[in-house]
Amino acid sequence: MDWHQLWTIISLPDNIPIVGLMFLIPFYTWYAFRQAFANDRLIDQLESDPEMAKTHHRKTQPYQKGWAREVHVWPYLLRIEFLSAIIVTAILMVWSITLDAPLEEPANPTLTMNPSKAPWYFLGLQEMLVYFDPWIAGVLMPTLIIIGLIAIPYIDTNPLGNGYYTYKQRRFAIWTFLFGFVILWCAMVVIGTLIRGPGWMWFWPGQTWDHNKLIFEVNRDLHEILGITDPILYGIFGFLVVGGFFLITAFGIHKLMTLTEFNRKILARMTLLQYLTMQVLLITMIGLPAKMAARLLFRIKYVWVTPWFNI
Amino acid sequence: MAEQTTKTTEQEQSSNGASDNGKRLFGIDPDAIKAKATEDINAFKKPTRTDLYKSIFRVKHDDTPRSRTLGVLSNVFLHLHPAKINRDAVAYNYTWGMGGISFYLFWVLTWTGVLLMFYYHPTKVQAFRDILYLEHDVPFGKLLRNMHRWGAHAMVLTVWLHMYRVFLTGSYKKPRQFNWMIGVILLVLTLLLSFTGYLLPDDQLGFWAVTVGTNMARATPLLGHEGPFGIQFGMTAYNDVRFALLGGSIVDSNALLRAYIWHCVAIPGFAATFMIVHFWRIRKDGGISGPAPMVLQKEIKPLRR
Ligand code: HEM
Repeated sequence: MDWHQLWTIISLPDNIPIVGLMFLIPFYTWYAFRQAFANDRLIDQLESDPEMAKTHHRKTQPYQKGWAREVHVWPYLLRIEFLSAIIVTAILMVWSITLDAPLEEPANPTLTMNPSKAPWYFLGLQEMLVYFDPWIAGVLMPTLIIIGLIAIPYIDTNPLGNGYYTYKQRRFAIWTFLFGFVILWCAMVVIGTLIRGPGWMWFWPGQTWDHNKLIFEVNRDLHEILGITDPILYGIFGFLVVGGFFLITAFGIHKLMTLTEFNRKILARMTLLQYLTMQVLLITMIGLPAKMAARLLFRIKYVWVTPWFNI
Repeated sequence: MAEQTTKTTEQEQSSNGASDNGKRLFGIDPDAIKAKATEDINAFKKPTRTDLYKSIFRVKHDDTPRSRTLGVLSNVFLHLHPAKINRDAVAYNYTWGMGGISFYLFWVLTWTGVLLMFYYHPTKVQAFRDILYLEHDVPFGKLLRNMHRWGAHAMVLTVWLHMYRVFLTGSYKKPRQFNWMIGVILLVLTLLLSFTGYLLPDDQLGFWAVTVGTNMARATPLLGHEGPFGIQFGMTAYNDVRFALLGGSIVDSNALLRAYIWHCVAIPGFAATFMIVHFWRIRKDGGISGPAPMVLQKEIKPLRR
């Protein structure tokens, strides 16, 4: 166990946000779910007690007689804003006095940094480069992430859970987002920062970053493993594999979306366009861990090789 | 009214003075001047009643509901807020305050950024030296640079957390779909702001990060010379998107200048514009989405298309 190595990585000033991320994301996840579960219990109560549902006990802190329904922005909101501004300023000041922004040697195109890393918030994309060609990891995926995020409100046809924390009423949506944001995006940022060392190789926390480490891994294309040698044949074969992956995953997602009575009701509200958009986006998202698994478990480089692009 | 009374006293005094010849100096009555001076001094004791004050603040600031409302509505910076809000909407556990903190950090970054601009030249010769100068010679230069750097990191975090809470509260649902879209654009702009700033110190860290980043652009389908169908589309290292981003085929002085202009002028301008739309829409969409009364499954209304 090389504690020194671990400490050098964690205490690197530029890595503070990632250390922060590792605490903030779990904290706020807990904070949100605590409220969601409290609300879910209330929803259960309301569902079993129609009389109660007619009162205003529809929040965990219901309105009480004599309370003003509205408060003045001045001072009730402005004082909070003012106070948060002071607190944020104080934190930022302390942070800036204690830790210095990094400054390396002057830029030198002839001296490659090893590892040369993108800024931390893009490390998820850089990590993807291990598994996909740059046009997928660096261009297609970011584009789809942006389009996918924008699409969320337009393909989520579940009208429940608008304006309050709940888990019970939005299981599918919440799991999807947790998977995409917390597991894929944030975890890959953490991996890219803490785990990836020289040569973008995998070093477990506490392992020494060995600049001379070489790994002789032979990653082979799927068709090579299967012994298909004719380019036209393995082009078609790759297309079938990728197509097959899409179909099987689509089937699985469809199963998940029709798991419960409620989910089927929501599905019935979707247009065909909404449904297909959602499928394509989700399948592509699952494509990432699928390719990672293919690489890590079976040492597969590409599954589909053509003269123009490889997947 | 007040003016009229003053006038009458003036007239009285001057007429009095006229009868009392002995006190006049060069035709001026000292008593009248004294009275005037006292009047001015008394006016200073109540600054809120001066014309100067009223011309600036326009409304009273006593503790009445009317004044509280006017205090918000008649101020150009505060009037983004409504005068009153739902009592629950101020709950920290609901919004986590992350949108507001993101905005505040953007504001801090704008100010520290402007100050940094006084010391920075976006040229290969000077950029790195300017940073050294900031760190070692400019008073508080190091603090300034650190605040700008850490503020940017913090803003990326708070924007992510803001998005996370908006998702978990389902606040993107009708009628806020469009504001979520504006939000996603703001997220992208925030990341791009950070990224373009990374190159500006012109050190190894920024240089290689931007090299890694823009190398991906080479692989853009159709528009990059190493991307699928790029060559068929006529792309070379000297005319593809990467060339457009860097103003050259390598990360060099043109890239530095381009990053500088994107970072200091163009992207902040876009971000500020979209933020205005974002805040405007929050109000037009009916304020903060919750904590809203819960809706039960059996109450779902049938779809109307
Ligand atoms: C520069 C970045 C951003 C700033 C300064 C900003 C600012 C704000 C502020 C001050 C609010 C008021 C409520 C709150 O503080 O939570 C808000 C609400 C909202 N934001 Fe943002 N935001 C940003 C980015 C985003 C992003 C990335 C998204 C989503 C992808 C988003 C979507 C929304 C939505 C839908 C609301 C309404 C929420 C509700 O009514 O509960 N914003 N934003």
